[in-house]
Amino acid sequence: MLYREAGQFKSTYAADQQIFPIRQDRIAVTLLLLVAFIGVPLFANEYWLSAILVPFLIFALAALGLNILTGYAGQLSLGTAAFMAVGAFMAYNFVLRMPWLGVIPSFILAGLCASAVGIVFGLPSLRIKGFYLAVATLACQFFVLWAIQRIGWFTNNSSTGVITAQTIEILGHTFDTPQSKYLLTLGIVAVLALLAKNLMRSETGRAFMAVRDMDVAASVIGIPMMKTKLLAFAISSFYCGVAGAMYAYTYLGTVEPEAFTLDLSFRILFMIIIGGVGSILGSFLGAAFITLLPIFLNVFFGALSHTFGLDISHAIVSNIELMIFGGLIIFFLIVEPHGLARLWQIAKEKLRLWPFPH
Amino acid sequence: MNVSFFFEVLIGGLLAGVMYSLVALGFVLIYKASGVFNFAQGAMVFLAALTFVSLLERGVNFWLALGVTLAVMVVLGMAIERVVLRPLVNQPPITLFMATIGLTFVLEGLSQAVWGSQPHGLELGIADVPMQWLADSTGMFISQFDLIASGVAAVLVAALALFFQYTRVGRALRAVADDHQAALAVGIPLKNIWAIVWAVAGFVALVAGMLWGARNGVQYALTFIALKALPVLILGGFESILGAIVGGLIIGASEKLAEVYLGPMVGGGIESWFAYVIALLFLLVRPQGLFGEKIIDRV
Amino acid sequence: MSREARIGETVLSVEKVSLSFGGVKALQDVSFDVREHEVRAIIGPNGAGKSSMLNVINGVYHPQQGTIRLRANGAWKEFSDMDSHEAAALGIARTFQNIALFKGMTVLDNIMTGRNLKMRASFLEQAIWIGRARREELKHRRAVEEIIDFMEIQHIRKTPVGRLPYGLQKRVELARALAAEPRLLLLDEPMAGMNMEEKQDMCRFVLDVNDQYGTTIVLIEHDMGVVMDISDRVVVLDYGRKIGDGTPEEIRGNQAVIDAYLGVAH
Repeated sequence: MLYREAGQFKSTYAADQQIFPIRQDRIAVTLLLLVAFIGVPLFANEYWLSAILVPFLIFALAALGLNILTGYAGQLSLGTAAFMAVGAFMAYNFVLRMPWLGVIPSFILAGLCASAVGIVFGLPSLRIKGFYLAVATLACQFFVLWAIQRIGWFTNNSSTGVITAQTIEILGHTFDTPQSKYLLTLGIVAVLALLAKNLMRSETGRAFMAVRDMDVAASVIGIPMMKTKLLAFAISSFYCGVAGAMYAYTYLGTVEPEAFTLDLSFRILFMIIIGGVGSILGSFLGAAFITLLPIFLNVFFGALSHTFGLDISHAIVSNIELMIFGGLIIFFLIVEPHGLARLWQIAKEKLRLWPFPH
Repeated sequence: MNVSFFFEVLIGGLLAGVMYSLVALGFVLIYKASGVFNFAQGAMVFLAALTFVSLLERGVNFWLALGVTLAVMVVLGMAIERVVLRPLVNQPPITLFMATIGLTFVLEGLSQAVWGSQPHGLELGIADVPMQWLADSTGMFISQFDLIASGVAAVLVAALALFFQYTRVGRALRAVADDHQAALAVGIPLKNIWAIVWAVAGFVALVAGMLWGARNGVQYALTFIALKALPVLILGGFESILGAIVGGLIIGASEKLAEVYLGPMVGGGIESWFAYVIALLFLLVRPQGLFGEKIIDRV
Repeated sequence: MSREARIGETVLSVEKVSLSFGGVKALQDVSFDVREHEVRAIIGPNGAGKSSMLNVINGVYHPQQGTIRLRANGAWKEFSDMDSHEAAALGIARTFQNIALFKGMTVLDNIMTGRNLKMRASFLEQAIWIGRARREELKHRRAVEEIIDFMEIQHIRKTPVGRLPYGLQKRVELARALAAEPRLLLLDEPMAGMNMEEKQDMCRFVLDVNDQYGTTIVLIEHDMGVVMDISDRVVVLDYGRKIGDGTPEEIRGNQAVIDAYLGVAH
């Protein structure tokens, strides 16, 4: 089937404002969701489900959260991991201390706690921009981690700071197999991604982008700076918080505060740079790329050392990985600052005209 | 409260602050000349220290190792200018900032891939012991190493200030910092200037790396001192050498005092964020920093 | 009805406004008024403080002295330190000298931002895309499409503004300001950098806005021909002071204005 919008005429503004205005896109998204919800759990093995797909989805959600703040609202944050940590540890406490709440409400409340932290550390954004703000979000990163490490309440006074996520039980159903955990993660991520997509194409999203593109003009047209920026911090942190909660519950099972270091914040920033700043799809592409790259490199260097009898140590591979990450960031910033999502868009535009060049 | 202990902590903090200033100085140099907030400065410190110590351990003469490391840093600075900055000229500052985060990863990976990731000790022949005569006369324990390190930092800062003020290159640098376009228009070779600045920043990184390395060992954690320099910059303003010094002193002193006097009340370890909180509070009052220029948005 | 006959009461009055940046005095003791439905021009040599004046009126800059009074819904509001989004809520919209569009957004989205003050749905409703949020998007889309028709930019509605030529960008910016249905429209050099044809188009749009929507307009313009043609009254600023105020004919004969423009030996 050709990727064409020829013949798809729209006679109402409602039809023009659909979430996916082109018919082929709608079909593709439906197929993708069918495969993800039905095909994958049936055919994927345990390793793929719990070591690749679940972390991919969680990172995609965190990247989506960061993208709302950085890509859409233009406020650079280096504190993503801290918001995830708040989500993880607060979810743990809600489930622990208020077991009658249920897991999903606990996740939501944990996300709201992350929002609250996000608003507090977003306050400086009202006075400062750019890398000044980035430095301010570092304060959040260090302070939150310190607080979780030092204040026993967060870890239920665990001596090592490690918490073990309780078994997930929703409406009497236990999520303890890789399949069920994957489906739960997928469901939450899909719903939140849909909400984000809607939000970004309505008034709030436009206000975010207006603030990003030219804050003075945004204010002059009537967009309140304070409310918009703080809302961006709140929504973004909510997404990161829920991602953090799932990081503990559906991915790792046991976590310590040290899992949420600055390094993780950078990793998620890299996802949106490579995937596409200011793009929902980009968050997913970037997360897939950064999740798969280390696996690919390990396999690649494994094969390399096997064939040539070279002794490539694990340390070397991880250093090469660092260099490739860094190099890719520079490469994308120079060559395609809008990331993989833009490449995809260009490909679609070409495809629409195929086989003619213009 | 014990007064002499208070002063001991204060002076120790101030001396540590000088070391922060030294790292912050590298940031300021690059920011002044090219408007780039170089997050990779910490990685450069690490690379310089690791290269130097690895050469020493392979039996290379001290001065030769110093020369070779300096050469490496200069070449690296020029390479960064060519490969990273030049293609990104005229991009928004935040893009350049993110590029330097990428650069940080490249440099960290590179230094450890070449020299390995085990920690090294670095011996500069200065003992990190309290000065006996001072302890005898005042009862304060001040490290000899800290004092000498501060002296070195002071000399370096003075030299750079003179360099900026009185040499032709220094004048060109200031012109570039003020206005790239205008500097180009009067015939200042922008690219050479940037290469020089990155080379000088590399040299500052080497000095900082040697001093910090001798004190804490040359290891990956060295890259984190760049994170300590950031609040210093916010406090002092990104474009002021004086700001880097004063900011460093304030951060160093208040951090140590807070750790000693406030730390026990909240469970310790507050050094990791205290500087940031000071910087944040400061931002709310004076966003441009102590010595920064107030920016007026023109519309 | 002739244009003159429509002009009504004073809607904006600037009283003894002074503004300085550090030692630079951008405005000194400037007073003037704007009447309903009129086109009021502000002219003056470069650096006279014209843009600063607009910035004061819509709250981008806050003057050190003086007040601005605005008649909104029949009552006078007096202010000197209002934020620009509050000014927008009072019905002041504007365009900028150096185009201030949202570069990463399409023409349609840019103009839709002009409607933000009229949208009531909370962000949660928007996220779920039901009920009020959805109805509002449609309703305002219709309103925006009317403005798009009016400004004759239908063909570029889905184009990112960054890709448009300068003249069209200026038009989109005006469209965005109109989308807010302002009571008072401030235009900062709407015709700067345009060729003759584009200028004529823009003049026509400005006059049409004034006629059709009855919008009061304050504009800064360098082209004297344009100013004399379309404005009802003119304020002249020089070195931050008001040196002339009156109808185009009066200004044309004002000696202080001629001196300021041609330069005289003091």
